[in-house]
Amino acid sequence: MITLQNINKTFRVAKRGAGFARAAKALFSREYETVHALSDVSFSVQGGEMVGYIGPNGAGKSTTIKIMCGILTPDSGVCQINGRTPWKERVAHVREIGVVFGQRSQLWWDVPVMDSFELIRDIYKVNANTYQRNLDELVEILDLSEILKTPARSLSLGQRMRCEIVASLLHDPNILFLDEPTIGLDAVSKIAVRQFIKRLNKERGTTVLLTTHDMQDIEALTERIVLIGKGQILLDGSLAELKARSPEGANAEEMVAALYKEYEI
Amino acid sequence: MIYLKPYKALFRIRFTNSLQYRAAAVAGLVTQFVWGFMYILAFAAFYNSNPAAFPMTLQQTVSYVWMQQAFIAVFFIWMYENSIFEAVESGQVAYEMVRPMDLYGRWFTMTTANRLSRAVLRCIPILIVAFILPEPYRLVLGGGAIKHVLFLLSMILSLCVVVSFSMLIYISAFHTVNSMGTRIVVGVAGDFFAGGYIPIPFFPDFLRTVIELSPFGAMQNMPLLIFNGYLTGNAIARGMLLQVFWIAVLVLAGRLWMRRSLKKVIVQGG
Repeated sequence: MITLQNINKTFRVAKRGAGFARAAKALFSREYETVHALSDVSFSVQGGEMVGYIGPNGAGKSTTIKIMCGILTPDSGVCQINGRTPWKERVAHVREIGVVFGQRSQLWWDVPVMDSFELIRDIYKVNANTYQRNLDELVEILDLSEILKTPARSLSLGQRMRCEIVASLLHDPNILFLDEPTIGLDAVSKIAVRQFIKRLNKERGTTVLLTTHDMQDIEALTERIVLIGKGQILLDGSLAELKARSPEGANAEEMVAALYKEYEI
Repeated sequence: MIYLKPYKALFRIRFTNSLQYRAAAVAGLVTQFVWGFMYILAFAAFYNSNPAAFPMTLQQTVSYVWMQQAFIAVFFIWMYENSIFEAVESGQVAYEMVRPMDLYGRWFTMTTANRLSRAVLRCIPILIVAFILPEPYRLVLGGGAIKHVLFLLSMILSLCVVVSFSMLIYISAFHTVNSMGTRIVVGVAGDFFAGGYIPIPFFPDFLRTVIELSPFGAMQNMPLLIFNGYLTGNAIARGMLLQVFWIAVLVLAGRLWMRRSLKKVIVQGG
């Protein structure tokens, strides 16, 4: 369903020392540094799997997601999702995937949430019956009926994030990418979001790949974790395997911290 | 038609979204009135000293200014769709790229919708007042139905030239950290050469010939000069053909540049 083989991506970053003199110098000659965001990243995900993609800040998680969504073009490597190369057949590819970027919003700020949903319906050309069925179901599970007429700007973060998730599922995607879906949420909203993702995966068989820093997300949701650090895949295995190598009685948070330490990332 | 459905939906939401900002519309309206009066009074003073020194009659100049102020949102380059710059600079554009839609078409639709909704809110009060003002400060119709149809067609073409030109400025935002400088410089200079401050017939001859052939001459210049009766017959046909030519060139250039830019795009943060 998803395969990545030897994906490489580098960015060129302008660098200079602090202070006025260095800033003035940078006007005339810039120094660039090449940052290897991803080096030889390979993994594959089967249909219906739920995978936690973890790693410290700056490890390359979001870069990987953006490549899989067709937004970024890697320097080299092969990526096949639903039989397509995302960045080459972007439009056909994105029709079959759903994406939530936890730190951004896809809802129109000043209009009721419902208007945003209807726009998405028309953009994906979802037929009326499918749309109504999906909407009714999602709204009921996520308990959103009260806020559909509210403009997105007046929603709390928890309400908004639930709407974001609905928005990315209205077109029946078979793969869902969640980039930090629980960031900043309170306990109740986190639990609601987790339960929902689990149910989605079970009932519809949607393949889910999520990145998070919240280890409870991982514990609650995924059987399999892929650990990335400094642009390289360091570990790809089950949560049980990870537990086995960790100190006795450690919670998920401590296990991951131990891993980061072990790989010096 | 099914192909156009996403664009229609996007047009609708962008149009209604802009319509709801009432205070902005009122503020804009007041500005356009004051600006229009100021211009007309200044021109009237020049005409008083020597009416023969101008290529257009005062009446024609007055009509030019009122129509320009009424449809300012259609004609002026600087009336950008700012949400596009914000989307590019904040990385929000990532969400626009995960939609099964052509990004050029998406931006073109949004800009057009935004401009039209702003024009609809502003044009009616300005036109009403401009029609009931005393001579010679009045907006004058006349010239027959065909002239008005040509004016309307040319205004639509002019909107397309302005939008496809501003697309180049949106795309340039992919290549700069902050697009404010480009926006202001290109906007002010572009609108100057388009006849936004002084009508193009008032320019010195050598400059005028160059501008009339450039994309700037294909913007507000054409419909406004058709409306006030300065252009007639073959000059209208030639001008409208030139408008079509520039739309084709600008759209093609924008699409090519966008395709190249998207290959190199880096969405930072998050």
